[in-house]
Amino acid sequence: MFQEVIIALSEGFLKTLQIFFITLVGALPLGLIIAFGSMSRFRPIRSVMRAIVWVIRGTPLMLQLIAIFYGPGMLLGYNIWGTGNFGRNAAVAVAFIINYACYFSEIYRGGIESIPRGQYEAGQVLGMTRPQIFFKVVLAQVVKRIVPPMSNEIITLVKDTALARIILVYEVIWAGQTFIKKAGVIWPLFFTAIYYLLFNGLLTILFWYIEKKLDYYRG
Amino acid sequence: MALLDIKNIHKSFGGTEVLRGIGFSMEKGDVVAIIGSSGSGKTTLLRCINFLETPDSGSISIDGGEIFNAEKSYTDAEIRKNRLNFGMVFQSFNLFPQYTALKNVMLAQQLSISRGLPRSEKEKELERIRERSLSLLNAVGLEDRAGAYPCELSGGQQQRVAIARALAMNPAILCFDEPTSALDPELTREVLRVIKELKTKGMTMIVVTHEMEFARNVADRVIFMSDGVIEEDGAPEAVFGSPISPKTRAFLSRPEL
Ligand SMILES: Nc1ncnc2c1ncn2[C@@H]1O[C@H](COP(=O)(O)OP(=O)(O)OP(=O)(O)O)[C@@H](O)[C@H]1O
Ligand SMILES: [Mg+2]
Repeated sequence: MFQEVIIALSEGFLKTLQIFFITLVGALPLGLIIAFGSMSRFRPIRSVMRAIVWVIRGTPLMLQLIAIFYGPGMLLGYNIWGTGNFGRNAAVAVAFIINYACYFSEIYRGGIESIPRGQYEAGQVLGMTRPQIFFKVVLAQVVKRIVPPMSNEIITLVKDTALARIILVYEVIWAGQTFIKKAGVIWPLFFTAIYYLLFNGLLTILFWYIEKKLDYYRG
Repeated sequence: MALLDIKNIHKSFGGTEVLRGIGFSMEKGDVVAIIGSSGSGKTTLLRCINFLETPDSGSISIDGGEIFNAEKSYTDAEIRKNRLNFGMVFQSFNLFPQYTALKNVMLAQQLSISRGLPRSEKEKELERIRERSLSLLNAVGLEDRAGAYPCELSGGQQQRVAIARALAMNPAILCFDEPTSALDPELTREVLRVIKELKTKGMTMIVVTHEMEFARNVADRVIFMSDGVIEEDGAPEAVFGSPISPKTRAFLSRPEL
């Protein structure tokens, strides 16, 4: 029995990891684009980006998942996601990437806006170009400042992956839940916590290491 | 011909005119101290000279060549090139915290190495920049702190690194905006000593300062600004000894001096 549970949960957790990594790969860069958009000097872009961020951060991810998976079918009359597992996974990826990109964008924006104007001006009077100032002066300082809030958000993401089950994606919680019906036991469901704890422990160590690496200077 | 010639600079923020027609010129090797009460527009003037603000009207010439005229428009590249005539030392140092003192001095020079250079040439160039930067740190008395990060340096040391960094781009004129007002008296002295040494080497400088002793003893010329205009402009003995304008007199007889 124990072995059977471990196999099922591990399979579910692989899906959890898949959602996690795909979300990161998509949302980390997309968040930067949204952050630049929401700081744009061109007002319409800025307004649109900030409205998107407001809607996405202002509504539950669970609703967004449902809207993205079922919405197109209801509006267009046919299901763009198809009927297979691939479509479900794609819908999960889209919903998670958009959602997390919005959260990341606000962290990036906060980080970029927290850099004192004097840093830009010091670069300017030395004849640096705008890209040089961003990449050689500002970026490293932004990264240092956003590591703590980013690690928070990323650890939240690990747990948010459980929401994928709302559109029938077989992740670890669902894997645990099946044993209630199938075998009449509830402990496999609680046992999933071990997976989350171990993985988040790993992430915590990783972020601690990164913070330490960046600790060679203050300011 | 004057090294720097500034004509009729006006600058407003919103509805308030902060600079109301500033003009002066200076020769190579001159050290000009700018004094004046808070809000009189001293910082704004330096920022205009360094292209951090764009004047609403007026012009700036170097060696007779006009590098700025409010009537004309300039590309980013032109502004970058023109502003390299000037160096700027800020009140709050503005060192790059993630780089060592040496790297702070090297960075802008390094970025100006042309991309097309072959690798071996680039390395030679980099080595030359390192040598040069070390000797600049040496000139401000910090060769032994080259590897230190700004957070590991005292305020006075940070400001001296900032001076070396500004010198690295070979400006014709070095501008200081209250370089010592964030420092306590002892650290102030070490920074002022560096500025004095630069003067003996012939550096042309504009120093906005609240240090009246320094203005009196080091500057060749003192400009007193009030409400966005130059109220008095002359040799230190004249401005401090027998000021013409009543506003200058009132300023110099403030009880806190
Ligand atoms: N970016 C800006 N926007 C609006 N007003 C500004 C701006 N910069 C400066 N001012 C205003 O312009 C006036 C002159 O400011 P400035 O900083 O040039 O004075 P200052 O002579 O350097 O004063 P201090 O001795 O306090 O440094 C002040 O009233 C200030 O509030
Ligand atoms: Mg000022």
